[in-house]
Amino acid sequence: MDVAIIGASMTQFGQRDAWVRELLAEAGETCLADAGVPREDVEHLYVANMASGEFEGQTGLMNALAHDMGMLGAYAERVDNTSATGGAGVYEAWQSVASGASDCSLLVGAEKMTHRTTAESTDVIASLTHPVEYKHGVTLPSFAGLTARHYLERFDAPRESLAEVAVKNHANGALNPNAQFQKEIDVETALDSPIIADPLRLYDFCPVTDGSAALLFCPADRAEEYTDEFVRVAGVAGATDTHVVHEREDPTVMNGVVESSEQAFGMAGWDRDDVDVAELHDMFTILEFLQLEGLGFADQGTAWKMAREGTTARDGDLPVNTSGGLKSKGHPLGASGVAQVVELYEQIQGEAGDRQVEADRGLACNVGGFGNCVVTTLVEGVSA
Amino acid sequence: MSFDAHRCPNGHLTYPGHGVCPECGHQQTETVDLADRTAEVVTWTTSTATPPGVREPNTLAIVEFDVEGSSVRVLGGTTTDEVETGDPVRPVHVDELREPGAGIREPASQAWDGYRFEPME
Repeated sequence: MDVAIIGASMTQFGQRDAWVRELLAEAGETCLADAGVPREDVEHLYVANMASGEFEGQTGLMNALAHDMGMLGAYAERVDNTSATGGAGVYEAWQSVASGASDCSLLVGAEKMTHRTTAESTDVIASLTHPVEYKHGVTLPSFAGLTARHYLERFDAPRESLAEVAVKNHANGALNPNAQFQKEIDVETALDSPIIADPLRLYDFCPVTDGSAALLFCPADRAEEYTDEFVRVAGVAGATDTHVVHEREDPTVMNGVVESSEQAFGMAGWDRDDVDVAELHDMFTILEFLQLEGLGFADQGTAWKMAREGTTARDGDLPVNTSGGLKSKGHPLGASGVAQVVELYEQIQGEAGDRQVEADRGLACNVGGFGNCVVTTLVEGVSA
Repeated sequence: MSFDAHRCPNGHLTYPGHGVCPECGHQQTETVDLADRTAEVVTWTTSTATPPGVREPNTLAIVEFDVEGSSVRVLGGTTTDEVETGDPVRPVHVDELREPGAGIREPASQAWDGYRFEPME
């Protein structure tokens, strides 16, 4: 069954006073209002959240949100796929409708993180690592540093090329009123910022963020009951790579990206050049290169040229991270994969304001761990 | 204290060991002690934003051992912040790599000793 997305919303990302339940309800209510769908129509409720138990001591979010939003009786479930939680939520909500189990599924992703110190947040996220990694004090940023050094040395890519990703995504985020950082930066600022995981510096990393985002799904043949213009899920797939990062044969290849995207493109019947706009998981600048290559938009070792040559800018052939990406918009873990598709929805519907590009078809790649589990989603606009 | 890589009957070598060989699905039946072998640095980073109970800065490397024609990679801290890609290194045992219980992981759930890598002259 074809699945439509008929509503989308996101809260302000950044440092918020609201706790996770309030963030969830804020995005969920806004999404229903955006779609014009009454709450009693929602049959399945999916909450994408990685670690509210660890961050806030609040578990059971699916039930909490069903109560808070007046949806008692609905099937409710929490989804966790680490940093790819939001993408997994898209998969679950799509599957619920595609299978015929639900005629209306609401997906809300959220994370509340900023009340913790950066060291504590880093440790919560690093708890996804294997014991032989964790005992060495490995963090996700340190995987990025290890991989970035290898990439730069092996492919003779200039250090500035990573900074150029940050500059591009900050320029986009400056036009996104919901972004955590609405500020342009230049290459020199990025290159002069403090070292976090050598050779990567502060501006190569996404911030710690509070925020929430939501999407509403229904069968495409029923979407017209609610709206004349909507977005269709053309393809969606997930895949895993090794738990132990150093066991990958090639540190610069993310097999979860390769395999999930091949399946999603196969399901959609699209070629790579059918994609008009992409939201990639730039938790670290190096990840934008690895995804552009893994997704098939660039040959191995060449994606560092794309931001430099303007290919991935808003006026380039393949605008990437028009929302500002995780880098500038922020990365509230469970919300990020949902917010990626919210951006595609807004771009396709012509609702992206000052950062609007010409787009009918979009791709989102949501990466969990350091490529440990990945979900790729393809969506396209439909006019009834 | 041994530093065991694990090998299946088809000769695939991994660190750490797994229930089945990730490459061919056969059970791993042998171990190879890496403690007295040398390795080469594939890549490294110095992490300055470290979690609770971890030294700061924390220089980490992925190193590669050559074991009779098969290679196996291992990630670990280094004994010094002065390290370069391609450096030969040897394993040095450390009783406590980070402070158990300072971070989120249950101390009893895993081992906390292991090997860091020391660049050789």
